[in-house]
Amino acid sequence: MNRVYLDFNATTPVEPEVLDAMLPYFSAEFANAASIHTPGQRARAAVETAREQVAALIGARPQEIVFTSGGTESDNHAIFGIVNPLVSGPFPNLDKHDEFPPRRHVLSQHKHVITSAIEHEAVLNTCQALEKDGVAVTYLAVDRDGRVDPDVVRRAVQSGLSDPKTFSRTAPPPATSLISIMHANNELGTVQPLEEIGRIAKEADIYFHTDAVQSAGKIPIDVNVLQVDLLSLSAHKLYGPKGIGALYIRGGTRLRQLLYGGHHQRGFRPGTENVAGIVGIGKAAEISRKSLAEDAQRISALRDKLQQALLQRVPQSRVNAGGALRTPNTTNLVFPGVEGEALLIALDLKGLACSTGAACSSGAVEPSHVLTAIGLPPEEARASLRFSLGRHTTPADIDFALNVIPAAVAQLRELSPTYRKEATART
Amino acid sequence: MSMTTIAQFDFLPERLETRCGLVAVAMSGGVDSSAVAALLQQQGRAIVGLTMQLWNQRRLPELQGDGPAQHRCCSLDDVYDAKAVAQHLNFPHYVVNFEEQFEARVVRPFVDQYLAGRTPVACTNCNTDVKFEPLLRMARQIGAERLATGHYARIRRNDQTGRWELLRARDETKDQSYFLWGLSQEQLSRSDFPLGELTKQEVRALARRANLPVAEKPESMELCFVPTGNYVQFIQAYSQERGISLQKEEGEIVNESGDVIGRHDGVHNFTIGQRKGLGFAAGKPLYVLSIDPQKNRVIVGEDDVLRKTVCEVEGLNWISCETPSAPLRAFAKIRHKHEPAPATIEPLGAATARVTFDTPQRAITPGQAAVFYTGDVVLAGAWIR
Repeated sequence: MNRVYLDFNATTPVEPEVLDAMLPYFSAEFANAASIHTPGQRARAAVETAREQVAALIGARPQEIVFTSGGTESDNHAIFGIVNPLVSGPFPNLDKHDEFPPRRHVLSQHKHVITSAIEHEAVLNTCQALEKDGVAVTYLAVDRDGRVDPDVVRRAVQSGLSDPKTFSRTAPPPATSLISIMHANNELGTVQPLEEIGRIAKEADIYFHTDAVQSAGKIPIDVNVLQVDLLSLSAHKLYGPKGIGALYIRGGTRLRQLLYGGHHQRGFRPGTENVAGIVGIGKAAEISRKSLAEDAQRISALRDKLQQALLQRVPQSRVNAGGALRTPNTTNLVFPGVEGEALLIALDLKGLACSTGAACSSGAVEPSHVLTAIGLPPEEARASLRFSLGRHTTPADIDFALNVIPAAVAQLRELSPTYRKEATART
Repeated sequence: MSMTTIAQFDFLPERLETRCGLVAVAMSGGVDSSAVAALLQQQGRAIVGLTMQLWNQRRLPELQGDGPAQHRCCSLDDVYDAKAVAQHLNFPHYVVNFEEQFEARVVRPFVDQYLAGRTPVACTNCNTDVKFEPLLRMARQIGAERLATGHYARIRRNDQTGRWELLRARDETKDQSYFLWGLSQEQLSRSDFPLGELTKQEVRALARRANLPVAEKPESMELCFVPTGNYVQFIQAYSQERGISLQKEEGEIVNESGDVIGRHDGVHNFTIGQRKGLGFAAGKPLYVLSIDPQKNRVIVGEDDVLRKTVCEVEGLNWISCETPSAPLRAFAKIRHKHEPAPATIEPLGAATARVTFDTPQRAITPGQAAVFYTGDVVLAGAWIR
């Protein structure tokens, strides 16, 4: 069967060049990067090259990159590393000879976090875990295009000082210790105004984390322009392997350890380094950095063509978050009167892979918290489908999609009691 | 089971009009529905598997107990089993979420009925309002012509009347027609019950021969969303989640003359004909005769008073024949394990009737279904009032 894959936000294939770069490190170059001998030193060199490649993608210094098992671990490490109400210390230094002095210490009374309602579960559920331990979390609402308003962030910041009027009567509100706002949303593609939020965080002297898993390789990232202190990356979203990611930790950031073990990665992330995976994320980052501009241009043209044609050919269809600045590869459409789950299956049986909502453990589709947060009523959230294009999407793929989607939607609507009712009501 | 017995199932008679087109198989992860998939595939049909996610076991965690996960409804194990079968036989399979519909149409009515002093049949509601409604619709929406399930029952088209008829399964010990009486002509015309002609042993043998990973899986006997079988505990936990405390629901247990002879802690603890759990000692065995939810009373008496000849039914659905205008003779079955008894069914209104048995029947229970048979054919079904 001819299969067309339009679900690159879920994952991407490993580039052949990336795979070639990785393969020696499974067998010939198998040594432990922590070993003193020559084979070990060669593995170490490969790891450090990869660190440079990843750093280059986001405008960071190599020593500010820590390799992790993926986006989820990076998010957990960033959040639990800054805000942990139960444990104090140790705070390993990122770099003994760091030219930056320690920026600030996070004290146990700093117990407020600001995040958004449309974060990935790796951030949301981590914040919810903190809440159970007494940390106050503000989940910022977003507008109908999925954007966080920087002014709302500014107003959510808590200084930890008492209001003079109630000074003697109430305890001061907990001070904000972390802002965590994703760079680009996985379901909508909406890109957040991180530069402005970064400025607010810096002015208020608050640590700023961003989950950049969905933006890396799609739009330019410079940690100094965005003024982020922590940034999560995942290899498999940028044509690298699964099971490897990275966390950018700005020099001077005091981050608690999440895992305890050997001295790998200067204590930040113990555990024998996944050399092949690290080489993979490095190579993938390098390729992405070089092809980003050209990819973005070509992919966004295909995305726009798909979106326009679907709007024309499917009556009553609309784009979700169409008014926002979006990643070039993503479009999310609502097809009223359709169960997205049934449409997804119907399309898959015809050979088109796309996505709706977030999958749960059993594989069944649950209503998307992101679509709910942008104000879609439940029936429209369930009637929405995400198409995410990739580096290898061709015009023929888009033609195939345009061939099968309108027909499938029409077939579903034919059998939908709600859509028929709507149609009769309108006439 | 010898191979010759098995071989005949490769040539099962099938309805001609169903030969072409994609068939969706409703897969629970159990041996029956998995065997359906294997059987249809052997017949050369294009199939797609659908497993319904119906109930989140993380809800009401106090009910989880220590039992093996495979006996829990919609447990991940069951989903994985269904997936494993699909992978083994190499056909597409999807998990579809019907939690909302299941709660609204099955779980909540089930609890409400118990709280109103009735004894509901959740499987009938699930069939009529979930499996053969949204699931069948989804099956058709994804391009399938029909939905096949692992039910033990049969469907045939009566060429004289032009109607689709529902029939008992060939294996009477497994027959599930009692739970399927709510189906409409449209639903029957789109449904396949390939196991209707087989015995359970034959189905197991078929599963083994197809090397299905679930061939030896034990059968689930309990209601799927109450895997412990403890309805009372479930009703209490579910009501508590909805903010309803059943603590204040206690009331009186009275005899036939209205004398108070004890107290009970909620009518949901009782079902008609029940002896155990009455909570007090009596000279002669006493049984629940009826439940009065208005006065919050349980009325008890001796076994002979429990036998009645007449009952009324509502929500009547005539499946295999047109609504009759005159009283009709049939065999009526008033609970799943009841031996159908001869009775006269006298239509009263649009969907109600009076059922008069030839001989008194023990524990005719409001909330249960009465299903009417002529031979193997299910004529109609209804809810006992």
